[in-house]
Amino acid sequence: MNGIYEFMQEWSILVRVLAFLLIAPLAGGLLAGVDRKVSARLQGRYGPPVMQPFFDVLKLLRKERIIVNKFQDFPIVLFLLFTIFSGALFFAGADLLLTVFSMALAGTFFILGGFCVSSPYSHLGAERELIQTVAYEPMVILLAVGMYQVTGSFKVADIVQYPAPLILSLPGVFAGFLYILTIKFRKSPFDLSMSHHAHQEIVRGITTEFSGPALALIEITHWYETVLLLGIVYLFFAFNAWLALVMVAVTFLFEIFIDMNYARFKWQLTFLSSWLFTAVAGASNIILLSMIQR
Amino acid sequence: MNALIFLIVFPLVISFLALVVPHGLAIKKIIGVCANIALCAVPIYLLITNLDRGPAYFNLESKLIDTGMFLVEIFIAFYLVYVSVRSKRYLPVFMVAVQSLITVTLEFNTGYVMHVEHSLFVDKFSIIMALIVGIIGSAICLYAIGYIPEYYEHHKKLRDRRDYFAFLMYLFLSAMFGIIFSNNLKWLYFFWEITTVCSFLLIGFKDDKPSQESAFRALNMNLLGGVVFAVGLVHLYSSSGVMELDKLLRLDKGVVLIPAVCLAFAGMVKSAQFPFCSWLTGAMVAPTPVSALLHSSTMVKAGVYLILRVAPVMENTPAAKMLTLIGGVSFLITALIAISQSNAKKVLAYSTISNLGLIVACAGLNTDAAVWSALLLIIFHAIAKSLLFLCVGVIENKLGSRDIEDMDFLIMRLPRLTAVMMTGMAGMFLAPFGMIISKFITLRAFVESNPVMAIILAYGSAATIFFWTKWMGKIMSIKHGVTEVMEHKVDLWEWVSLCILAVTTVVVCLAFPFISFRVINPYLLEIFGKTPVVDTFNVLVVFIIMLGLLIILPLGLLYYAFVNKNYKRVGTYLGGGNIDNITFAGAFSSTQKIELKNYYLEKYFGEERLFNIGVFASLTLTFIMFGAVVL
Repeated sequence: MNGIYEFMQEWSILVRVLAFLLIAPLAGGLLAGVDRKVSARLQGRYGPPVMQPFFDVLKLLRKERIIVNKFQDFPIVLFLLFTIFSGALFFAGADLLLTVFSMALAGTFFILGGFCVSSPYSHLGAERELIQTVAYEPMVILLAVGMYQVTGSFKVADIVQYPAPLILSLPGVFAGFLYILTIKFRKSPFDLSMSHHAHQEIVRGITTEFSGPALALIEITHWYETVLLLGIVYLFFAFNAWLALVMVAVTFLFEIFIDMNYARFKWQLTFLSSWLFTAVAGASNIILLSMIQR
Repeated sequence: MNALIFLIVFPLVISFLALVVPHGLAIKKIIGVCANIALCAVPIYLLITNLDRGPAYFNLESKLIDTGMFLVEIFIAFYLVYVSVRSKRYLPVFMVAVQSLITVTLEFNTGYVMHVEHSLFVDKFSIIMALIVGIIGSAICLYAIGYIPEYYEHHKKLRDRRDYFAFLMYLFLSAMFGIIFSNNLKWLYFFWEITTVCSFLLIGFKDDKPSQESAFRALNMNLLGGVVFAVGLVHLYSSSGVMELDKLLRLDKGVVLIPAVCLAFAGMVKSAQFPFCSWLTGAMVAPTPVSALLHSSTMVKAGVYLILRVAPVMENTPAAKMLTLIGGVSFLITALIAISQSNAKKVLAYSTISNLGLIVACAGLNTDAAVWSALLLIIFHAIAKSLLFLCVGVIENKLGSRDIEDMDFLIMRLPRLTAVMMTGMAGMFLAPFGMIISKFITLRAFVESNPVMAIILAYGSAATIFFWTKWMGKIMSIKHGVTEVMEHKVDLWEWVSLCILAVTTVVVCLAFPFISFRVINPYLLEIFGKTPVVDTFNVLVVFIIMLGLLIILPLGLLYYAFVNKNYKRVGTYLGGGNIDNITFAGAFSSTQKIELKNYYLEKYFGEERLFNIGVFASLTLTFIMFGAVVL
């Protein structure tokens, strides 16, 4: 039944990590292309070719390096490195909590990059990015907690092999995760700190002062992140690999649909609603589960 | 045993020397440095000699010592009454009276029949504490050598009492060593009271109105803790005739539960848990070395030390559950309040309470994994927090403000200091350094036993990220041509201690496997008979990240500073015509100045509001804790 998993199983950890390093940006870039195409169709436009994100990044990489201070690109490089590292941990089957903490570290570097250029728009973007981080972080940790409660392990390798469907024990956690996934994907209504759309009140937010190669790195990081996050969605349905893949696709399309249908929230609403949703859906799920298990 | 007695008596001798030797003499600094080296070396020696040994108990029974301590206690009581009456505060007088009544009665009823077999002891936990007190305490004292003269330059009107200051600092260290090595509970209590008095005097050192206010608040709360401590001792002795820590732990749990809860309560007050956390935030009026000493390595750590010691007695009782919840409430609420604070010292204070809350919560759970993480938290927190306090002290003297909003472009004004400070901050909240390793383990411990605590931890960690990151972003923002470099003004003594602590922060992270396997695990084996299973792969991963960061960070900074010249530098985008980097030409040819401020979310995390919620919740929990034991 679990053909994909057995296929993966034959690879050693090193091969899996290498595969992630190479395949994830391709997959992530393609997904970004699909995203733009689907969004365009939903808006009644024709949309760019699916390969457009790759063209964009290649072009950005060839551009001149324009900066406001010498060190501003360094946090971005660290952002990329640690996002890749978290993804590698995840796909190597390592500890889910460690992956989560490593992701938080990567995100912190991005925010610090936004702060260090000390440009007003970038500063505002960084503050908002920080608020977004605070908004989604509890749910991400609770996700790991919930999966541990059901499977008895924090290891991704064990969680993915768990025979029963996780989604049936963790519907609330999944709902909570979907909610904050929109923040992580930088989709409307939560695209406060920077937006792919051209209608942001704070220019380009946290990325205002990043151009050329640095912007390309941010884009590539986002691809890696997308694949990692969809990998987490996969875990909820891992009992059946094909169903899981379908659900990952559905989730991705769902996020695009949400993006198209909502205007941007204020940060107050983003923050409060995320914490509230985390408490109502995620935390209550976890408490209920522990009561049942006693 | 000699090493233990040395550690208690030696700082005492130094403290009196500090009073006697007039300042300004070079010999005084030399004495200070030598004393601090000894205070670092002896705990390390203790560690090395006791590495493969179990706990050791020492017999030291002398009526002379007991009588001496009793007389000192009486003297302190009279002194406190005198000070309180002089400033027309009568609550302390009342509490001192109650306390003295209890101790005097105990002394006269039992003083001659009480037999204490082992007065001193040492085990791995005491050694960890001794290392913390010795090394960090010494670093802080070194720092004070540079700080105090500067302090008097900034406060010219103050009476010069620097000898008295040094006296109190070393006395405090002596009392701390006393607390961690005493097996005789009466001795423990005696040293406990000494720290109370010392903290009262140190907080009130500046001798103006706010300091007096804070000092008396600290005194009131700690005296209350002392009274409950004394009640616990009386109850213990009258019910079982025991006055030793190790025997207490071996007695039937039903008999010693009440004394244990009393002691835990005293520990809660000392470690500034809700509802008693206001003494710690008030203590910020004192000079920086005092804050660093009280809040990182000594006073508050004495509190959690005692709680962790008596925790096995309370295991799985309702009282322990309440203790866990009080820790959880303190952790979450203070982490949230810290978001709304812009006073750097207050942020540090709230973050201290928050981390102590986590330790208390772990103590309440008292599983092997929980205690393991509690010990790691104690170690990492002590180092990183003292480092941060000392950095803020330097900044305050240089910038004339302790407000985070005044720390713009700090990395350009005090570059090396900022680097040191970032090391400390990274130690406080960034993976994979210190605290986050501990939080990682704590979360695992919580998930197994109490999911509610896991949820509290999830929210609290998010809040922690918020206030640290925005502070870090503030000090590392760079803007060209707006500030002057003022690093050369930092005193040499301050540099020495900052460097010691920064190096210790990194070394302890790297030595984490050693600390865990050779020091903490043997201790857990003694108490629980087992140790938490550690995933070696995880340790490896953490190590890779840590080493990676330690290599990449300096290399990357050097690369961007000196190698990569391939760039075009422009001004920041200001939404108008840039005049320079901080002003631009706005509409109607006006000149607009740019200022960047952080979010504090006062509306959601305001101090007043959350503080009251915390006090209310924790008071209820405290009453339930006692109620559950007494009934």
